[in-house]
Amino acid sequence: MATSQEPVIVGFLCNWCSYAGADSAGTGRMVQPTNVRIIRVPCSGRVNPRFILRAFQRGADGVLVSGCHPNDCHYSTGNFFARRRLLLLKRYLEYLGIEPARFETHWVSASEGQKWAEVVRSMAERVKALGPSPKLPSLL
Amino acid sequence: MSGQSVRYSYYPGCSLHSTAREYNVSVRAVAQAAGVELVEVPDWNCCGATSAHATDPFLAFALPARVLLQAEESGLDILAPCAACYGRLMTAKEEAHRRPDLVARFEKAIGRKLGPAPRILNVLEFLAEPKVTETIAAGLKRPLTDLKVAPYYGCLLVRPSKVTHFDDAERPTSMDKILASVGATPVDFPGKTECCGASLGISRVDLVVELSGRIVQQAKHAGAEAIAVACPLCQTNLDGRQGTAAAKLGEAFGLPIYYITELVALALGVAPGRLGLGKHLTNSLALLRQKKLA
Amino acid sequence: MKRVGVFLCWCGSNIAGTVDVGKVAEQARRLPGVVHVEENKYTCSEPGQAAIVKAIKDQRLDRVVVASCSPRLHEATFRRTVESAGLNPYFFEMANVREHCSWIHTDKETATPKAFDLVRMAVAKALRNEALTRGSITIEKRALVIGAGIAGIQAALDIADAGHEVILLEREPTIGGRMAQLDKTFPTLDCSQCILTPKMVDAAKHPNITLYTWSELEKVAGYIGNFTVTIRRKARGVDETLCTGCGVCQSKCPVKVPSEFDEGMGMRKAIYSPFPQAVPNRPVMDRANCTFFKTGKCKICERFCEAKAIRFDQEDSLIEVKVGAIVTATGFDLFKVEKYGEYGYGLYPDVINSLQFERLVNASGPTDGKIKKPSDHEIPKSVAFVLCVGSRDEQKGTTYCSRACCMYSIKHAIQFRDKVKDGRAYVFYMDIRTPGKSYEEFYKRAAVDYGVEFIRGRPSKIFSRNGKLVLKAEDTLLGRPIEVEVEMVVLAPAMLARNDAAKIAQTMSISYDGYGFLNEAHPKLRPVETNTAGIFLAGVCQGPKDIPDTVAQASAAASKVIGLLSHEQMATEPMIARVSEALCSGCLWCKPICPYQAIEAKTITEKIQGKVVSREVAAVNSGLCQGCGACTVACRDGAMNISGFTNDQLLAEVDELLGASRPACAAE
Repeated sequence: MATSQEPVIVGFLCNWCSYAGADSAGTGRMVQPTNVRIIRVPCSGRVNPRFILRAFQRGADGVLVSGCHPNDCHYSTGNFFARRRLLLLKRYLEYLGIEPARFETHWVSASEGQKWAEVVRSMAERVKALGPSPKLPSLL
Repeated sequence: MSGQSVRYSYYPGCSLHSTAREYNVSVRAVAQAAGVELVEVPDWNCCGATSAHATDPFLAFALPARVLLQAEESGLDILAPCAACYGRLMTAKEEAHRRPDLVARFEKAIGRKLGPAPRILNVLEFLAEPKVTETIAAGLKRPLTDLKVAPYYGCLLVRPSKVTHFDDAERPTSMDKILASVGATPVDFPGKTECCGASLGISRVDLVVELSGRIVQQAKHAGAEAIAVACPLCQTNLDGRQGTAAAKLGEAFGLPIYYITELVALALGVAPGRLGLGKHLTNSLALLRQKKLA
Repeated sequence: MKRVGVFLCWCGSNIAGTVDVGKVAEQARRLPGVVHVEENKYTCSEPGQAAIVKAIKDQRLDRVVVASCSPRLHEATFRRTVESAGLNPYFFEMANVREHCSWIHTDKETATPKAFDLVRMAVAKALRNEALTRGSITIEKRALVIGAGIAGIQAALDIADAGHEVILLEREPTIGGRMAQLDKTFPTLDCSQCILTPKMVDAAKHPNITLYTWSELEKVAGYIGNFTVTIRRKARGVDETLCTGCGVCQSKCPVKVPSEFDEGMGMRKAIYSPFPQAVPNRPVMDRANCTFFKTGKCKICERFCEAKAIRFDQEDSLIEVKVGAIVTATGFDLFKVEKYGEYGYGLYPDVINSLQFERLVNASGPTDGKIKKPSDHEIPKSVAFVLCVGSRDEQKGTTYCSRACCMYSIKHAIQFRDKVKDGRAYVFYMDIRTPGKSYEEFYKRAAVDYGVEFIRGRPSKIFSRNGKLVLKAEDTLLGRPIEVEVEMVVLAPAMLARNDAAKIAQTMSISYDGYGFLNEAHPKLRPVETNTAGIFLAGVCQGPKDIPDTVAQASAAASKVIGLLSHEQMATEPMIARVSEALCSGCLWCKPICPYQAIEAKTITEKIQGKVVSREVAAVNSGLCQGCGACTVACRDGAMNISGFTNDQLLAEVDELLGASRPACAAE
């Protein structure tokens, strides 16, 4: 982990809804903490649980996946698969010793800039309160 | 189950122990007729209406919150017949969800934890409880046939709607239904939810005379012979300022202002003499005699 | 060794105001693979793009990273720039340091290291970018227009006039939509029907337009250029080919129900055409109200139909059409003014809504254009028009302004004053909004020439007194409470998204906002496109607007469709799934997860230790795949990847951000 004290949260955002929602938050100048680094993916269904595990192995303090609201997926069903998969992963992470608050899944639409800003603020606050993440040993 | 009495926690507030004693009497009379036991909240305090809630946000929360805390132990739903008490209790319940800071300060001050608030009922909700409506339907001894009553809701029973979640704030009908259920004819009138002037009755009599007078006038013009209320302050203003208002507006009214529970109790056969109707300033017995209801 | 060029945009002060771009540049120079770093005031401008082209040539760059705005805004722009310099456009990568950094942070000290993080993540990804080639697909040269109000009709006519086939879909019995209900249009006061009905007839007669009324959208499959659309043709109860539109069935039908077209101000029959100028002039049978369907007896219409066109046994049918583009013009619903209990709608018959007033004032409406009170059919001597009923009201309605109500209510007031010379018209408003050509002049005319009385204040209550309606309000200009007595009140309801807008959007996989309005791809630069290629928007389904704006948007959507259909072939995105056959074990778990049925099994033969063996592997149909990547996660072998978003690229971003190489930027 770097020397910086600010926690780092990796965000995997679907291109169609949440990435655009984060853009809307930007366009609306909705001030947020600087902790989140966004990685653009086509769909929340593209997010392999291994990406998330890797982030925690490398010392991420939190990981955030955000996609279209259920039923509103640009690809019809991607977020349903993501939801099932990531729920399971959350329990697995807990088993590995990663506090549940460090990993969150949200649904933010392209027009919900306000909601995105709120997601970032509240998650950053929770992760800050937890302190540095217990780095996962390299299993892969 | 039928032998077991239904119990409610009862929060009369200051009015029902003082200026609105007759309201207390009629609420208890209806409860008794319905086989409902009212358990007064132990060591209750002021709800904070009027002065506290307008001056100190914390006190405004803490006073009703303590009443809720006192009622908690019984585990019963609370009946608060005074509309102001009801409004304060509902606001505290809503704030408890929204303002953890207030809750924390309150708990620290009082040294006890505030649990989840019970259900809080105003008198109209109470009269619409299944057990009570059944009693009314089955025990109607003296239906108020031919009595044209304007239901007056005032402001605090139905507003603000995001706190009370009760009836339609702008076009309420719950009291209309109760009146119809005891055989009276509810008279819809535009003043239903107007402000009676409330506590300005002391500091700005001129305003209250005008506001209350208009409500009575509208009810009268809509064909009402009486007005039903569910709030001690509304009763006081409509009843007590009627004479002055009549002089000011240049027409005579003479509209008795009944508590809704008084009318229900009458219909259930409670003797008018037991209800303390003589406490009202506008003669409320003459109309009943004329209709052969007393 | 890869040679990466990094271009850091200031975006004027948009980025440079919050991010120390110079510092980021200095650090970017030290990143592995980076051979060129350059700052520019506006990278997207002509000189900015020229600088990229020049650097690619001079520095022999083979990867380009631009750190500027959102890729959703300018990724395509910069890909073209890179391509024009002879580089594969997919060697380009973007870091979003504006929307995701400078615009949402205020402190340069923390925003600058974050911006650098985003840049190095983009560089790490770019180092793994591969050359990709676009494929091509054939375009189905036919368009579907959903909704045949003025927006749909205009779009259909424009597309059809350009020589392309159009299928125009309408769920009501007739085309025409809301505009057909209107009397006159502001600010010119020309008759709505007179300008609309010729267009309706044109649409029906156009050789390139196929009209399906009383029909609904059932399903949309496929993608730009190749949509397969299923349409439900609801049972009309009438054989359209035999029916002559004589109208005898409607005149003989004994059932009367309130007319939807007349907004309940008039009646219609159970077999009916909504209005005399309906297109097509063919009635529909309303089964819910038809005596035969209720009791098994009647059939009077059948007895009198000389053309023998009545069909009681007709059933819904599904048809499938192939189109290359879709225009969505599904219109709007009106706010239910009953939600304002204090206004007494439903309680007082003379409190009506604006669309009901349109029907009253309409020469072909239920009162032949005479403004009469519903209660006693007398002509009112005074009318109050109340604006913003449901608009700009977070408590009871919606937050937004419905944009057309000020103008049409002013028009109503003028119409009333025109017809009732001694009448008084009051308009209760919060603000009068007249942003359009000749709109403000129209407002002035209403006040000066027609003596319409404008009162700034929102009524708190409408009640009845001595047979009149009283509006209680605060005149906020006088600063005092007032009561105005009138004989009729017209409430201007908010325009709402259709109540089934979400369902329509989901059927087409397009996005919608919190109100249910369909989202355009970009609020300024791509106002009629959606984020789903090949699907366009027109009219109020996208947001409240008046007729001129609706027509302009419809023509804009049509021009986009015409542009698309003018090509035989179109390039496809190469960022789709691909299989590594060497890794694929042929389990085909990827197949059921694919929403596009783009994955099939295929048999390959290969030599293993000298023996020729054949085995099954997954194969991706590049025409069908949309690049969502669901298959990549289902793949247990890691054989499935999305070009442009490979596992390797995404993990490189994670590793770069968090890895040991993370420079202590914050500490500097």
